[in-house]
Amino acid sequence: MATASRSHTSTKISICAATSKQHLDTLTQVRRIWKPLIFLICLVPAILVVTDALELTGRLGANPVEEIQDRFGIWALRFIMVTLAVTPLRRLTGWNWLTRFRRMFGLFTFFYVLMHFLTWLFLDQGLLLSAILEDIVERPFITIGFAALLLLTVLAATSTNGMRRRLRKRWQTLHNATYVIGILGVWHYWWQVKKDITEPLIYAVILAVLLSARAWWRWRRHK
Amino acid sequence: MLIKKPADIRPSEITSEQNYLNRRDFIRAGAIVGGSVVASSAMSAVIPDARGARLGDVRRSKFSTDEDTNSFEDISTYNNYYEFGTGKDDPHENAQDFEPRPWTISVEGYAEKTGTFDFDDFVKPFDLEERIYRMRCVEAWSMVIPWVGISLAEVVKHFAPTSKARYVAFETLNDPSRMPGQRRRSLDWPYREGLTIAEATNPLPILAVGLYDQVLPNQNGAPIRLVVPWKYGFKGIKGIVRMRFTDQRPETSWNLAQAREYGFYANVNPEVDHPRWSQARERRIGSGLFASKQPTLMFNGYGEQVAHLYKDLDLRRNF
Repeated sequence: MATASRSHTSTKISICAATSKQHLDTLTQVRRIWKPLIFLICLVPAILVVTDALELTGRLGANPVEEIQDRFGIWALRFIMVTLAVTPLRRLTGWNWLTRFRRMFGLFTFFYVLMHFLTWLFLDQGLLLSAILEDIVERPFITIGFAALLLLTVLAATSTNGMRRRLRKRWQTLHNATYVIGILGVWHYWWQVKKDITEPLIYAVILAVLLSARAWWRWRRHK
Repeated sequence: MLIKKPADIRPSEITSEQNYLNRRDFIRAGAIVGGSVVASSAMSAVIPDARGARLGDVRRSKFSTDEDTNSFEDISTYNNYYEFGTGKDDPHENAQDFEPRPWTISVEGYAEKTGTFDFDDFVKPFDLEERIYRMRCVEAWSMVIPWVGISLAEVVKHFAPTSKARYVAFETLNDPSRMPGQRRRSLDWPYREGLTIAEATNPLPILAVGLYDQVLPNQNGAPIRLVVPWKYGFKGIKGIVRMRFTDQRPETSWNLAQAREYGFYANVNPEVDHPRWSQARERRIGSGLFASKQPTLMFNGYGEQVAHLYKDLDLRRNF
């Protein structure tokens, strides 16, 4: 579907290029200004972790390890939501240029999940192998989180244009795993809170909306 | 797994006559020692009605640990006190406007002395002691906290429970207008906790009224909260307004919320994991970003004083 929309976009560009220069300008703008800018904005939460740890911008509080882990985790969830919001938003608004940011958001999801995992591995578990393996095998919410990380690693590794060409139709099937990762992410969050499920519930509702929008469009197309 | 008849008393919970007599001896001996201290310094607990005011005449205790204590900031900004919000920094932020005085405590149930007592009168008969205790949260972090409080065993003795009293139940203030966290049902309010009489008359538990020789901060449970150092932190009920001597095992808040995960006893036990996380190790707050977790000790390291209370109890089932 993404490959289709991609060629759809390029056809549109070639048509538009003849008629109006404005659309091309938008794409150049996206590439030259908006992409680097959004990239930097996406990095802000990670930069703040470092500057807060050094107490330049704020503080990490009494339990800094937990704070760092939570921040990376919550930003990972936010980025998977943003990534999944791209297609519905594009369909609703007609802003096709949004697709240009989808891969970047997906890779930032991977980045924040990886940082979340590395914080757990190095700072929380202190690389104690027995405890790490026990947690991954015996604690269902950690097993789920780990599964999401493995899936994301595969998607990140196959996110290049080259891999996309090579995998052809299978690429889209593979990258539909994003939906599964979203579900695993919310589940992982839901399962580890002690009692107050308000926040996981908010993410679950957002995810439900994003996924059911797709289901609805698909159902309408097949009708 | 649900315990079918929580009201039933296991034989192990019943104090043997010999133990009972020993306890009487212990209390009498304590009273003599305590009496001589009172005679020499005429101590009685007076808690100033002012935030952060210093507490006078605080006796040091042989039960205190000599481990490094956590900073006042760590202890007063990283709290679980759902009455003021479920986030760790919520109590510090939302308890600032809370007025803990005037305050009354109602003593009820199977005891010779019952009634509603003003906070000042409630604490007055007892000596203020500093108890530096390890605090192990069920969430696998820990602190070392220099509490100031009164001995719960002394308080229980003072109200003279009758032979029918097998448990002491506690309740927190239930007032959503003063405790914003109670406007949501994050727990079934009021917060409830309880101990067996044998646990409550052990010399370790205290009713804390201070921290670092100062009046207890609101977010730590002002004006009066329970501290039971060999149990997980959630047993330490805060803002106590009711104390009831009962013959039935009282309902406890976290057990009501999630019986599979939180039991009545809640003794710190590295061998019995929480269903969702390991209890074998703990993160000591304040140890820094790169410190490793430390092993959790059975009964949080207080086994010498309390292990005998549970010698006939299956701690895996009665977690």
